[in-house]
Amino acid sequence: MAEEFEPRIVAFLCKWCSSAGADLAGVSRMEYPPNIIPIQVMCSGSVSPLYIFSALSHGADGVLVSGCHPGDCHYIKGNYYARRRLALVKKLLEYIGLEPQRFQMSWVSATEGLKFTQIIKDLVRELQPLGPQNKLRRKF
Amino acid sequence: MKRTGVFVCHCGINIAGTVDVKKVAAELARHPGVVHAEDYVYMCSDPGQNLIIKAIKEKKLDTVVVACCSPTLHETTFRNVSKIAGLNPYRCEIANIREQCSWVHRDKSKATQKAISITRSVVEKVRRNESLEDVSVPVTKRALVIGGGIAGIQASLDIANAGFEVILVERSPSIGGHMSQLSETFPTLDCSQCILTPKMVEVAKHPRIKLMTYSEVQEVSGFVGNFKVKILKKPTYVDPDKCTLCDECTKVCPIVVPNEFDMGLTGRRAIYIPFPQAIPATYTIDEKACPGMFDTAIACGKCADVCKPGAINFDMKPELVEVDVGAIVVATGYDLYDKSMMAEYGYGKYPDVLDGLQFERLLSASGPTRGRILRPSDKKEPKEVVFIQCAGSRDPELHWPYCSKICCMYTAKHAMLYKHHVHDGQAYIFYIDIRSGGKNYEEFVHRAVEEDGVLYLRGKVSRVFEDNGKLIVWGVDTLTGKQIEIAADMVVLAMAIRPSKGTEELAKKLKIALDKDGFLAEAHPKLRPVESMTSGIFLAGAAQAPKDIPEAVGQASGAAAKAVAILSQERLFHSPTVARVLRNLCTGCAMCVNVCPYEAISLKEGKAVVNEILCEGCGTCSASCLRNAIQVKNLTPYHIQEMIRACLGG
Repeated sequence: MAEEFEPRIVAFLCKWCSSAGADLAGVSRMEYPPNIIPIQVMCSGSVSPLYIFSALSHGADGVLVSGCHPGDCHYIKGNYYARRRLALVKKLLEYIGLEPQRFQMSWVSATEGLKFTQIIKDLVRELQPLGPQNKLRRKF
Repeated sequence: MKRTGVFVCHCGINIAGTVDVKKVAAELARHPGVVHAEDYVYMCSDPGQNLIIKAIKEKKLDTVVVACCSPTLHETTFRNVSKIAGLNPYRCEIANIREQCSWVHRDKSKATQKAISITRSVVEKVRRNESLEDVSVPVTKRALVIGGGIAGIQASLDIANAGFEVILVERSPSIGGHMSQLSETFPTLDCSQCILTPKMVEVAKHPRIKLMTYSEVQEVSGFVGNFKVKILKKPTYVDPDKCTLCDECTKVCPIVVPNEFDMGLTGRRAIYIPFPQAIPATYTIDEKACPGMFDTAIACGKCADVCKPGAINFDMKPELVEVDVGAIVVATGYDLYDKSMMAEYGYGKYPDVLDGLQFERLLSASGPTRGRILRPSDKKEPKEVVFIQCAGSRDPELHWPYCSKICCMYTAKHAMLYKHHVHDGQAYIFYIDIRSGGKNYEEFVHRAVEEDGVLYLRGKVSRVFEDNGKLIVWGVDTLTGKQIEIAADMVVLAMAIRPSKGTEELAKKLKIALDKDGFLAEAHPKLRPVESMTSGIFLAGAAQAPKDIPEAVGQASGAAAKAVAILSQERLFHSPTVARVLRNLCTGCAMCVNVCPYEAISLKEGKAVVNEILCEGCGTCSASCLRNAIQVKNLTPYHIQEMIRACLGG
């Protein structure tokens, strides 16, 4: 059997909830696939659509943006902006033909280590059958 | 070209067990701009720190990356190390290869590859970091304590006695909380009110404590040292300065509603004082119950007619009070789990099925029966009482998975006190385990068994139903494997402890997190148990987790000490990673002004200007700017782009 495809995923995690939730998963020694590379940002609201395009153009097979639960943003309302802005990005990506699974958003609080591991597991499982992302990959 | 140093920590085997740290260091040594890379068993240890200092000096490093645990743990440590070595602390960054790598993966080669990617991206970030100086802000030397139970009272007194002003906000008409409802306290059988009321009086008389009862926190903004809080003072319709506590008003009030203080076992009038020792000692008109308050024309006004000092004022309006505080202690306490959720035990259906707090009121000398244990249904003395522990606790399938912690002890106390009142009665306790960890607690349970003949049955109760005037309790004794049926006169449920009603809403206003069960989440379960994740907001009492009185008091003093540590500073320093406007790019479109959650951006002469004291550095502005004209220092789009490129190996 051929080895399963290992997608490379860039995960933008907000410092206060999702990165803390990922830390909790670590402290609790929960296991998830090593396919994600976390980039800690202050708030999901600071994630510019350009970051997502940039990650895809540099060859990411998937991108995750994870923030505090709506209503629980450490910065009051940053995640609401993220939700609106990134919903448009998602539509745009789908419009240009990218599989919708490749860009996802989630809300993970600082106490949801288990949820974080589950999201990563699901994401990797969904991306594996899609194979490498070549649509937006920069060609040299 | 930058001169970056990379320091890879083994953390014993915590990192090195899964990540090949030597390989990470070797790979990073080849990364452009990295002039020094090494690994060490414990970077946070003294020799580890010295190694970094030495390398910074000898190799003339201008940026440093430490690949180790989460930045929440040692970012400060290593930034201080950089400072000691003469490097600006903001030129040091952490690559989290423990919590987000070695601890969550098993495949050594994949984890190593991931650790390399993470460290590379942080190297690319730090190379673009600039030297920054902390922004300094003044501190408002006043604390807000939310919740006037024993924890809030203790925190207020400690902060006030340390010399700072305190505003104590309590939503009900009196402070005292659940402790004021209790009869005696375990394990000494001290009278609860007798030890509590002196503290309540101390709060009321303290020159530095401003007590705001019947008030609720509406809105919280600002940050550590400089919170702005809006408090809604609900109208009591009684002027406490004029009220003489003559009690004439309650004699004429025609309305009777369930008395919350007696847990519904008695009634109270629409105008009432919660209990005789209430602080502040005054009456309140419950506007939901009073007919004079309806918009309809029914205006009763009997209380006002008999009030000789003229203390009653129907025109009193809600008042919104704005206060500035430097630190906040949240001590909002608990409520019992809704008993209607336990239909199998017949609560609500049978009047003689009570919860723990109702039983406390029956035991209390000031309670509805003046301390005599009588059945609510027929006012007869119950001869057989069944106590059911873990009602709603330790039940992950149907109710709550956690242990409510105090029920083992208070049930032992209940059974003991019952026997002290009804000598010929029999008390049965159904339990799963007896958890009596605490000073003199185990001895107390033994006293209940040995001196008072309380019968402990290990097992759960499946059903309680009425038959011929008796409450039939069906249970199982798992030690003998036998089914048990007891024909009881009264059943007392030790209901699970839940965070008090409104905790979730308040947490949202304060922007602090809840744990999976809805209690307030502490910043670190072991090392920061009284702090919330938000700097300057501290936790005390059962709002954080079920706890008994000594624990609540201890945590309150801890939270007070933490608050005092902030209030005693002249100035606080706040992170300089705030937004900056590139004036030549800014078109003055004001998109950033509109999205800023802190109103930290304004337009001056057609360009955006950032107030560095208000800015929290969230970066929402930066993502909204079409021209990248506003950027958070040391986390600009340029930083992120380079991190993306580096971690994907492009």
